[in-house]
Amino acid sequence: MAQASYPAELLYHPEHDWARIDDEDAEHATLGITWYAQDALGEVVFFEAPALGTTLTKDEPYTEVESVKAVSDVVAPLSGEIVEVNPAAAENPGLINEDPYGEGWLVKVRLSDPSERDALLDAASYIATLAG
Amino acid sequence: MSSTAPPTLRRTPLFERHQAAGAKLVDFAGWEMPVQYEGVIQEHMAVRESCGIFDVSHMGEIETSGPGALALLQRLLSNDLDKLAIDGAQYSVLCREDGGVLDDLFTYRLDVERYLTITNASNHERDLAWFSAHAAEVPDAHVDDRIDEWAMLAVQGPLAREIVQAISDAPLPPRMRAEPRRLSGAQTIVCGTGYTGEDGVELLCAPADAPALWDEIVRRGATPAGLGARDTLRLEVCFHLYGNDLSVDRGPIEAGLGWCCREDTNFIGSEAVRAVRERGPAEKLVAFAIEGPGIARQGNPVLGGGVVTSGTLSPCLQTGIGLAYVPAERAATGTRLEIDVRGKMRPAVVKDKPLYRKDA
Repeated sequence: MAQASYPAELLYHPEHDWARIDDEDAEHATLGITWYAQDALGEVVFFEAPALGTTLTKDEPYTEVESVKAVSDVVAPLSGEIVEVNPAAAENPGLINEDPYGEGWLVKVRLSDPSERDALLDAASYIATLAG
Repeated sequence: MSSTAPPTLRRTPLFERHQAAGAKLVDFAGWEMPVQYEGVIQEHMAVRESCGIFDVSHMGEIETSGPGALALLQRLLSNDLDKLAIDGAQYSVLCREDGGVLDDLFTYRLDVERYLTITNASNHERDLAWFSAHAAEVPDAHVDDRIDEWAMLAVQGPLAREIVQAISDAPLPPRMRAEPRRLSGAQTIVCGTGYTGEDGVELLCAPADAPALWDEIVRRGATPAGLGARDTLRLEVCFHLYGNDLSVDRGPIEAGLGWCCREDTNFIGSEAVRAVRERGPAEKLVAFAIEGPGIARQGNPVLGGGVVTSGTLSPCLQTGIGLAYVPAERAATGTRLEIDVRGKMRPAVVKDKPLYRKDA
């Protein structure tokens, strides 16, 4: 997508990741990178999905996305264990640019500490970090 | 508490064009340069399929003139300057006494006793100091910094000549020739050289003329292309990038640049180069392609010895490619390599250069 976008229903990590936690299932989250991250990186040409069962630690890198020019670590916004990966994003990494909050999601995790979500930012607070 | 002001980056005469086009600007060797406009892959393909235009005004120029100019350049540059005709272009390396490469550069012979050498931005000051120091040893050779006198545009791709020809006052010079032409009225030197593996020209012009020339060539169909595409284009055809594939730590023979070294001209470093050529280099710069997924990057180790000096995803080949120094006995085409890409072993194979061929 060409225009910056930060959906209000998502939670954000200052290292440019988002988490989606459904109201009816507070134990799981879907993760991806923000519009800002994909724009800064440029065309994503390589994403190798991490293995199912990989443990994520909040604030630590858990995978990488690569543009033609550079490799970028993706930081875990929450702790947990990967229960699903997005094969479409691995097959066609351009989805991470085209639809970073939709078809370009990266992994789903079972959260080990659902209360960690309280440390994440809402869209307005995340946008404020970008203005700095 | 002390505060450090951000370093002031130099800007080319086209900086406002890049900004207006929405380019991503980065610090490149102290210059604020466009790394991409719309996207690296799109710009890469524009050059392969039609025409791209690059601002390379950050590159430096050193003019060597006077009755001693030829003798001085023969001493400094690895190639045989006696073979450089008026309006000719010649590639060479600049070596230290030990053969370590200080820069790789094109020299254009503008007149009988007047030469213009194009430096890499990151090396310009060091090259200039090296040229000036050695000029003192040669009578009647003058060395002048011309970096502020010239802007440089590269127009590259199968349609590049057609586009530039349409605004030229005379037929364009062929490959490896550099001749004065008026383009849309502006005095330029049109050089049949490039760094993309495509046909095209590089244009030297006065900085004040660069914006109008840029606008006219873009209006006629050239796609602005940034340093990102410049890097992927040159790597597909295995042109060296100083600071990646060339450095003072290795010589031209190791880098596969023996073809531009004429040791019998006694250039500085020629004895060291001759010795390596005679005994054979311990390591060689090879082109490789990754087999399967993954993209090797500069600095990734090659198992069993060696290191990747450039790596990217090839937009044309759709696979990870790069250049690496490996032990000479493992440099033959077809040799299988394993590259440690941030802890993951990626299989790769040594390929013939260039990696990408137009007619393939």
